[in-house]
Amino acid sequence: MIVQTLDIGLAALVLTLAGWTVLAHATFPAVVSYVAYGLLLSLIWVRLFAVDVALTEAAIGGGVTGVLLIGAASKLRKAALSTTERELTPPLRWAIAALCVLATLVLATIVLSLPDPPPTLAPEAVQNIAATGLGNPVTAVLIAYRAFDTMLEKCVLVLAVVGVWSLASDRYWGGAPGAPRAVTWDGALTFFAQLLPPLGILIGIRIFWIGADEPGGAFQGGAILAAMWMIIMMARLADAPAIGERWMRIALAAGPIVFLGVGILGFVAGWGFLAYPAGFAKPLIIFVEIFMTLSIAATLPMLVAGPPIRAPRP
Amino acid sequence: MNFALNLLSVAAISAGSVFFLAGTLGLLRFPDALSRLHTLTKADNVGLGLVVIGLLPLAHGVLGGLKLVVVWVLVQLSGATVGQLIAQSIRRTGPTA
Repeated sequence: MIVQTLDIGLAALVLTLAGWTVLAHATFPAVVSYVAYGLLLSLIWVRLFAVDVALTEAAIGGGVTGVLLIGAASKLRKAALSTTERELTPPLRWAIAALCVLATLVLATIVLSLPDPPPTLAPEAVQNIAATGLGNPVTAVLIAYRAFDTMLEKCVLVLAVVGVWSLASDRYWGGAPGAPRAVTWDGALTFFAQLLPPLGILIGIRIFWIGADEPGGAFQGGAILAAMWMIIMMARLADAPAIGERWMRIALAAGPIVFLGVGILGFVAGWGFLAYPAGFAKPLIIFVEIFMTLSIAATLPMLVAGPPIRAPRP
Repeated sequence: MNFALNLLSVAAISAGSVFFLAGTLGLLRFPDALSRLHTLTKADNVGLGLVVIGLLPLAHGVLGGLKLVVVWVLVQLSGATVGQLIAQSIRRTGPTA
C-alpha cells in the first residue's frame, strides 16, 4: 500500500516536471528541470526492475544530455546578447504544440491497446543465454541477439561527433575544442577533478566488467569514464585533444570498427555475420565490448567539447 | 541484538529524513541564494550520512556496507564542489534572486 502510494507520487512528480520543462519560459530553468526529470525517470526504471535502463538513463538522460544542454543554453544566452532573437509566431507555436500532443496521443493509444499480457521474447532470451556465456540477459540482447542494432548505434555516435566537428570554421579545422589548459589552478573544481577520476575510472571499468552478469555494461561504464574526462577538461587540468590527433580518431572509431570486423570475421569463418562461434562467444564479446567502452569514453566528451575553436598547431 | 539493530536503523533513517525535510523547507523558505545553498548542503551531508548509517546493518556483508559509505563520500564530494561553484558564480555576478 505504502509502496503503491510512493510509486503514484513518483509518477505524478515526473509528469509535473515534464509539464514544467515544456512550459518553462527561460532556457536555463527548462534545462535544469529536464536533468531532474531524467534522474527521476531513472528511479522509475528501478521501480520497474530495469536497472540496466535506469543506469543508462541516469548517465545519458540526466548526465551527458544535461551537460550538452547546459552548454547549449549558455551559448544561446551569449548569442542572444549580440543578435536580436527572433520569436516564433504564435500560429507556429500552436502548430508545434498540436503536433507534440498528437504524437503523445498516438503513443498513448499504442501502449494502451497492447494485448494483456503483452507479447514478449523474454523467455526465449533467457533460454538461449547459455550459448553466449553471459549471465545478464540485457547484455545478451544488446551484444548478441540484436548486435546489428547496437553496432549501428555506435556508428551513429561517431556520426554525431562528425556533425559537431563540421560546425568548425575552416581556419580551426584540425585544432582543439574548448579552452586551453589553465596556467594556474585553484579552487574547488580543480581539487574535485584531481580527486575523483582515479576512483571514477575504477568504478567505470567495474561497471563495464560486471555488465556480463549483472546490470552494467559497455555503455554505462563508458559513460562514467567519459564523465571523468569531461571533469578534467572542465577544470582545465588538461587540454582537449585536437580533432586532428590520430590517436583520438582511432579511439573514436575503434568500437564500431572492431564490432564490424568481428562481424565480418564471422561471415568469412562461417558462423554468420555478427554472430559468435559456440564455446568462444564470451571472450569475443568482451573483446568487442572493450573497444566499444573506449569509443564511448572518447565520443561523449568530444561531443560535449564541441567544435574546435583554436587553430591547429603547425 | 537484531531488535537493537533494527531500532538503530529506524532511528537513524528517520533522523536523516528529518534533515532532508528541513533542507527542503529551507530551500523553499530561505530569502537568498547563499542561505538556500547552505540548507541544501546540510541535508546532503548529515541527512544522507544518517540514512547510510541506518542502512549499514541491512547491507550485504562488509563490502556492501563499504559501498554505501563510498556513495556517501562521493555525494559529499560532489555536493561540496557544486556548492562552492554555485557560490562563486553568485559572488561574481551578484545575487539575482
